[in-house]
Amino acid sequence: MHGNRFKHNVLTALLLAPATLWLVVFLVLPFIAIAVFSVGARAPEGGYQAAFTLAQYANLPARATAFWNTMVLAPVGALACLLVAYPVAYYLALKAPQRWRLILLALVVIPFWTSLLMRTYAWMYILGGRGIPALLAFVGIEDVRLINTPGAVLLGIVYGYLPLMILPIYVSLERLDRRLLEASADLGATPLSTFLGVTLKLSLPGVMTGFSLVMILLLGEYLIPTLLGGGKVFFIGNALVDLFLQSRNWPFGSAIAITLVAVSVVVLIAANRISSRVSGARRVDLI
Amino acid sequence: MSKSYRDGLPISPENFVDQLMRLKRGSIGRRDFLGLTGLGIATAVMAREIGILPTPAFAAENLGDRMSIATWPNYHDPQTFENFMKDTGVAVEVNVFGSNEEMLAKLQAGASGWSLFVPTNYTISTYKKLGIIEPLEMAKLPNFDGTQEDPRFTSEGTIDGTIYAVPKNWGTTGFAVNTKKLAKPMTSWKEFWDTAMAEGDGRTMVHDYQLTTIGNALKYYGYSFNSLKQDELAKAEELLLKVKPHLFAVSSDYQPGMRAGDAWMTMCWTNDGAQLHRDIPEIAYVLGKEGGEIWTDFYAIPKDAPNKPAGYALLNYLMNPQVAVKEHLANGAPSTDARVNKLLPKEVLDNPILYPAADLLTPLEFGAAATLTDPGRAELMARFKSA
Repeated sequence: MHGNRFKHNVLTALLLAPATLWLVVFLVLPFIAIAVFSVGARAPEGGYQAAFTLAQYANLPARATAFWNTMVLAPVGALACLLVAYPVAYYLALKAPQRWRLILLALVVIPFWTSLLMRTYAWMYILGGRGIPALLAFVGIEDVRLINTPGAVLLGIVYGYLPLMILPIYVSLERLDRRLLEASADLGATPLSTFLGVTLKLSLPGVMTGFSLVMILLLGEYLIPTLLGGGKVFFIGNALVDLFLQSRNWPFGSAIAITLVAVSVVVLIAANRISSRVSGARRVDLI
Repeated sequence: MSKSYRDGLPISPENFVDQLMRLKRGSIGRRDFLGLTGLGIATAVMAREIGILPTPAFAAENLGDRMSIATWPNYHDPQTFENFMKDTGVAVEVNVFGSNEEMLAKLQAGASGWSLFVPTNYTISTYKKLGIIEPLEMAKLPNFDGTQEDPRFTSEGTIDGTIYAVPKNWGTTGFAVNTKKLAKPMTSWKEFWDTAMAEGDGRTMVHDYQLTTIGNALKYYGYSFNSLKQDELAKAEELLLKVKPHLFAVSSDYQPGMRAGDAWMTMCWTNDGAQLHRDIPEIAYVLGKEGGEIWTDFYAIPKDAPNKPAGYALLNYLMNPQVAVKEHLANGAPSTDARVNKLLPKEVLDNPILYPAADLLTPLEFGAAATLTDPGRAELMARFKSA
């Protein structure tokens, strides 16, 4: 018996080893390095110089605007994504003919096979002066500017993250027991109240998963604002890139990175709490 | 070999449509297809890798089959690298940057992977101090002839008598204006910034680069382009923050915006000004009469270059006046090399964008090394961008 147990433990350890090693090498160690950097000082020519100071954290208000922009963008972007994604997922899961479903799902996923950079670049040209504004000029509406506006950034975000929102919602809607909908209708509920009381409610775990997923990724977003916002719409991700790639202030960049991780964790926990409250006893496992 | 310097240029809109229509009709040459899709280079690299194509013999040293270069946007004749590959079998990967700070950051972090890069004059002393570059082995650069270089532009490549970098070209930093959209003639940085907040509202670009964006804001008040003085920088910041909401973009890659007509005015380097004016005559290049920047870009080889032999081979190739002249025709910046100037057509040498009048050149300043590492300027730029 003991031998069996031992074998079992060794097997468990062996199975967990690759993932653990991966996490330690690529997550825990870099995180420790960043934490150490964050209490250091900027070397005279840039980079890192050993020190022990909380000055970098005290300097965080210098990026308050970027933090604020991100805190507004992440939920608004995720919400916009949700509003576009829900009808699509609903159609895919409940309305689309069975034989089309797989093809339609594939169409949602296929753009993911191309790099986000390339797809965002394509939007630069669609929104740029030779794209939609040129078409508008053709019908007499001159000098419309679409690129490098907050609207362009929001569009890029919705486009870029849509599949991440559609898929979890689709999964939760697909598992929905159709008999509940029939029961609701039999008991005299209108389609709208069936949707609100049954469908929407039961799909909330998927909604919350998609929402948190998109929101957390948006907290670190920098590519879309750079390309579609012309470097004018500035998020905390952009502040980080600049600190490491322009002003070479690694300690300050590290302090911001640590703060961002802390904020993301808080957001995750809050999302989990909210989602378990609204969907009753059901828990959503995000981590 | 290309018959005209235009052959090597990025495809023009008309040409693109022609090609597209031919594609639609199903007629496309193999060379066009490979060129358009980039499969040519990919195939060549792969073929060499698995030994289908013979590697051209290169007597002296094994150059490997690939290298990468860090340089600026729209800065080379693409044909140059293709010809280099034909001659040596080395495929060149081109990395494009928007500021010297960005290049320095990559090199400081280590393992940049570059075997050649294009730093601007004022950064070379810092690279040397940080041990990022080494003295060039001049024996490997027989095509370079220091006696033919104009010393006005080339001194910062040599430190204590040792050559660390050799010049590519010089130029100025002014601004480009689409005169169809902004007809009022402009001659100064004061007009640039004021117009950005008036007729040019939402249509003006500044560099994503502390040296020029802060420097040219300093010029609004007549301060030195290189100022590190607290009170002067504070005034520049005030101006930048006031202009920020009116800008189209903060980016050093401004040609696409100007060409598409989204941007009407932008801070601009000589070479881009010459390219834009050549293709779109209504785009003018203006030097602020208060002054601004004059610069030289150099070639240097990082100490940790993964393929030094190829780095030297490409550098030597680029120093060949016959090759360099095509680079200048494509890139549009004036050469520092008398041998190249002899080969350039008269209309290029007479082009006032490349060779501004003496009274415009006199007030210009070379960038100062201290601006590259000054934390105050870096933070000012960050505050401007995040505002």
